[in-house]
Amino acid sequence: MFVPCDCGGGSASSDFKGFTLFMPAVSVGNVGQLAIDLVISTLNMTKVGYFYTDCLVPMVGNNPYATAEENSVELSINAEVYSLPSKKVVVLQIRSPFIKNKYRPFCQTLLSWVKNSKCARVVLLSSSHAYQRDDEQLLGTPLRYLLTPDLEKAVGGLMQELNWKEMEKVAAYPGINDTEKVLHIPGGGITKLLFTESCSKGIQMAVLLKFCSEGDNIPDAFALVNYLNEWLQLIKSDSNNSTDPSTQWKMPSSWRLLFGNGLPPALF
Amino acid sequence: MATFFGEVVVAPSRAGVDDEESAEEAREETPEDREIRRELEKKREIDVLWTLKSGASAGSSADEPFVCSKFIVAIGHNAAAFLSSFILDSVCWEVVGVVKLWNEWCRTSNTTNVLPTDSFCLFYRLISDPTVLLCQCSCYVAEDQQFQWLEKVFGCMRKESLQVTILSTCPVADYKTQESTLTLPSPFLKALKTKEFKEQVCCPLLEQPNIVRDLPAAVLSYCQVWHIPAVLYQCYTDVIKLDTVTIEAFKPLLSSKILKSLVKDVSESIKILKKLLTTNETHNNIYI
Repeated sequence: MFVPCDCGGGSASSDFKGFTLFMPAVSVGNVGQLAIDLVISTLNMTKVGYFYTDCLVPMVGNNPYATAEENSVELSINAEVYSLPSKKVVVLQIRSPFIKNKYRPFCQTLLSWVKNSKCARVVLLSSSHAYQRDDEQLLGTPLRYLLTPDLEKAVGGLMQELNWKEMEKVAAYPGINDTEKVLHIPGGGITKLLFTESCSKGIQMAVLLKFCSEGDNIPDAFALVNYLNEWLQLIKSDSNNSTDPSTQWKMPSSWRLLFGNGLPPALF
Repeated sequence: MATFFGEVVVAPSRAGVDDEESAEEAREETPEDREIRRELEKKREIDVLWTLKSGASAGSSADEPFVCSKFIVAIGHNAAAFLSSFILDSVCWEVVGVVKLWNEWCRTSNTTNVLPTDSFCLFYRLISDPTVLLCQCSCYVAEDQQFQWLEKVFGCMRKESLQVTILSTCPVADYKTQESTLTLPSPFLKALKTKEFKEQVCCPLLEQPNIVRDLPAAVLSYCQVWHIPAVLYQCYTDVIKLDTVTIEAFKPLLSSKILKSLVKDVSESIKILKKLLTTNETHNNIYI
């Protein structure tokens, strides 16, 4: 459930009517979560509340977006909500995996919250196993999108203009019957479930995902936020630097020591 | 994430949903499956038994939430032993509750007469001030039981002027730092506090990118969300079993506002620590 933190914004800070909600799926390489970190950090978003749930593994730590001594001591938990009212953007960041058998209840709770808070649309950032691509998917862009029918009506034409590729459906029974196609997002966590539920509940949802593998997923996160930016222009691309907009995204201070501590000097 | 230093790292499933798990759920659940799942859930349910009035058991649901001004929770053997050595005694404190639970890692003892190396979760109340509650939780509370623990324990208290202190330990190898952990002088204490906690902490705060997990994280998250002033003292140690050096690393807390008035006689503490050492050695000695 959404619990506002009283950060001085009052009840206005938890009014998300007409806002766009960005959220990650816990998926291969944590790409969605890394991308959301970039969005929160770059846009300097304010924390407005917690998504208190028994479905996610508990964790706490100090402010992952700290920029100075003063703001480094705010406690963060496993699921938090940030907002930027000037751009009508609200973000849910998820920092830990699901407890066994709890992903379905989480999806239900999440989608009820989306409906109750009257968000205009949801953008789900995710990823999928690169090794599961077929021959055609191995070529060209590793980025894909999906739109629920309600959002398709609103923005479908724009995707064509951007020359984006829709996530391909795969045969339900490969080799036996190639006519029946289903959506399959291996390694995407709850992406498929959230998408199909949103379709049936009439929620406007877009899924943006990248094919990737486990490893150093920072470049994947940058690729995904730049993809998002092509559509929603959260940050202005510098016209002088149009070939490398990644320099405008700010990495949070918590992205340190991702590959372990320093080495013991005695090793050498 | 992969690491580049040749360490073997268990890569948990990023997908968040095991492919097996989702396939399982997609299948129709038979009545048999449902029965098995219910039995498993029942087995993993935790019971908090309060004996608030001496002799009379209030069962797992207190009739009325009791007032609590200070709640001190020690999670893990070393933290629990610290409270046993420096705070608890049979004269000033009485047992008021016990948690019964089972999971793959442990089953709690039924008795209140426990050894420091046993798995148990007991609640004590200060006789002279019944609003002071203390918990020693040396059993492992699994992921799916942590929320239950929170709801069943905090659900019984009135939280108006509550302040929570959590003590726990964790391996120093989990500590993320620019230097190597081999050169770090351990054990050492780090703290995390909720927004409402305004008092002085007894040690440096835990720096990013370090995080805390399991029951200590669950308790602190609860306090942060529901605006309860709380502080967590995490001791990073390189000893996994009961160890007096680790226990003594918590000593700076004895001068904190919340524990200052509860500290018992120092000579008593030394006796208890010595006893712990010998108990430990006997249990771990495979040679006669």
